[in-house]
Amino acid sequence: MADMPYGFVAEFASEDAIVHAARLVRQAGYRNIDAFTPFPLPRLARVMRLRDSRPAWLGLAGGIFGFLLAFGMQAFVSYAYPLNVGGRPLYPLSAYAVVIFELTILFAVLFLFVGLLALNRLPRLNYPIFNAPRFHLASKDRFFLCIKAEDRQFDRENTARLLRDLGAISIALVRS
Amino acid sequence: MTASATDILPTDQSIGDVSSQLTGIPLHFPARRQWWIAMAVAIALLALFIVSVVELFTRGVGIWGLNVPVTWAFAIHNYVWWLGIGHAGTLISALLLLTGSEWRNSLNRFAETMTLFAVVCAGIYPVIHLGRPWYLYWMFPYPATMDVWPQFRSPLEWDIWAVLTYLSVSVLFWYTGLIPDLANARDRARRRGWQVFFGILALGWRGSTIHWHRWSRTYRIMAAIAVPLVVSVHSEISLLFAASQLPGWHSTLFPPYFVLGAAFSGFAVVSVIAVALRAMFDLKNLVTRKHLDVLGKVLLATGLMTGYGYVFEVVDALYSGNPHDLQTLLNRTTGAYAWLYWGAVFFNFVPLQLLWWRQVRRTGWALLLISVSVIIGMWLERYMILVTTLYRDFLVSSWSHYTPTFWDWSTYVGTIGLFLVPFLLAIRFIPVISIFETEKTLLDEQETRDG
Repeated sequence: MADMPYGFVAEFASEDAIVHAARLVRQAGYRNIDAFTPFPLPRLARVMRLRDSRPAWLGLAGGIFGFLLAFGMQAFVSYAYPLNVGGRPLYPLSAYAVVIFELTILFAVLFLFVGLLALNRLPRLNYPIFNAPRFHLASKDRFFLCIKAEDRQFDRENTARLLRDLGAISIALVRS
Repeated sequence: MTASATDILPTDQSIGDVSSQLTGIPLHFPARRQWWIAMAVAIALLALFIVSVVELFTRGVGIWGLNVPVTWAFAIHNYVWWLGIGHAGTLISALLLLTGSEWRNSLNRFAETMTLFAVVCAGIYPVIHLGRPWYLYWMFPYPATMDVWPQFRSPLEWDIWAVLTYLSVSVLFWYTGLIPDLANARDRARRRGWQVFFGILALGWRGSTIHWHRWSRTYRIMAAIAVPLVVSVHSEISLLFAASQLPGWHSTLFPPYFVLGAAFSGFAVVSVIAVALRAMFDLKNLVTRKHLDVLGKVLLATGLMTGYGYVFEVVDALYSGNPHDLQTLLNRTTGAYAWLYWGAVFFNFVPLQLLWWRQVRRTGWALLLISVSVIIGMWLERYMILVTTLYRDFLVSSWSHYTPTFWDWSTYVGTIGLFLVPFLLAIRFIPVISIFETEKTLLDEQETRDG
């Protein structure tokens, strides 16, 4: 549908107000909602039942990958070009430890960073929410709650009334 | 409204003010004159660096004062010094994030920025002192036609992996923390050029709750593994020394001694930058006297730990009873370079004692002068560790001296330009203090105040 909007976005002035509003909007049965804040609000994520533990697993996967890569690389080099330095062992873990440690960390952080962008579908320079007239304040000192038009319960009048009753400072219908 | 005893930021400002003030620094730059003066000096130093490197590449490392036995001098000395300075940025950012020390939120951004460029200055030294720097790629394992591979059981090979890893991780950690602030600057920008600049760099960040949730987890995990990385990098560098068999170097004390000295010198540089930026951009409401107070305490603590290293270096030599170790100890304290040893002791530890007084810690210029003294002291210490061991080793027949030449000095002074030019550009174009973390600190304090 070409004329279907992205959703309603409501502006709140404080942390407490948006956490309260998000809780009630969920209780009213809305599920397809999103919130935008100037800084991380763990409380809000809990109320909205948002959880994602994949970053930790990505970090672990990156670490294991870097560990194996570093060990394999060094062992292979010693195998392909065995340098005998005073009879010292060719495959000593103690001498490999530093590079193993460094690459474990390097790949853990690389996986984490690329994973963060991929999970968040960034970079994406434009997004419907940016059409909201006062949305530039979401990075400054205002808190925005969005009920998307895709939600089963979305209704132009009822949804707007609900948000107004929750004490929103401003409400806007965002085009997609 | 006055701030209570536990507050680090004055609570009579709103988060909107903080946001406008900090994004205003790049968008409506307040200190153009000072900035251009600083930049002119920095560019002159950078030009000196470029001239020195061109001369070096043309005529070879013989233009430096290196000789046999002092085969490592300014190049390694300044490498260790610069890298050590860089470590404080990561420690402030990562370690204090994990311990929940909120005062770090006013300092972490410029401390991390400092780290990046200090690591660049450090990293350039091993490259230019290779003699034939165009063969740098020999350090990497690649299938060469000669069937030769690098030697992974040598600390010299570990070095490049440690420094490149440290640089990459520092860049990623810095940028991850920067993205939300770039979005803030994008939203405050009115001119088209700024909107495009910050718009692209912010990657379209919109502050969605699930994005923040993933961001927080990612950022904390990155911090948790950046801390051991710092320790590992400077330990690895100390192994360049300790893994040799030379008296004065061959000691298990070296890794902690180097890491603590690194944190010490780095916190000194952070203090200098904090005092300077505070005055330049009028940030007294965000980098408060309490911040200076805490920085002074940290500087004092790391300084005393470094002092412990000095004591134990002496104990180590005496306890070993090894004649070569004792000779090196004597050479350090009474030999031709005794002024280096006592200079390091003086500049590192004597003015430092003033920081026991609260009034001194809270006075910007006093903290600045003490920090400069520490920076000089740590520079002398790295010089001392290198030269006093090398100039007299086991064989009397190979005893010699080392004097830095003009090109040694010009390269070193030039690296200060190599540090300052990008650092000044960074404080010109990106938010110099983490905005969203400062806002969060401020809101939490106001909430506590209001009950």
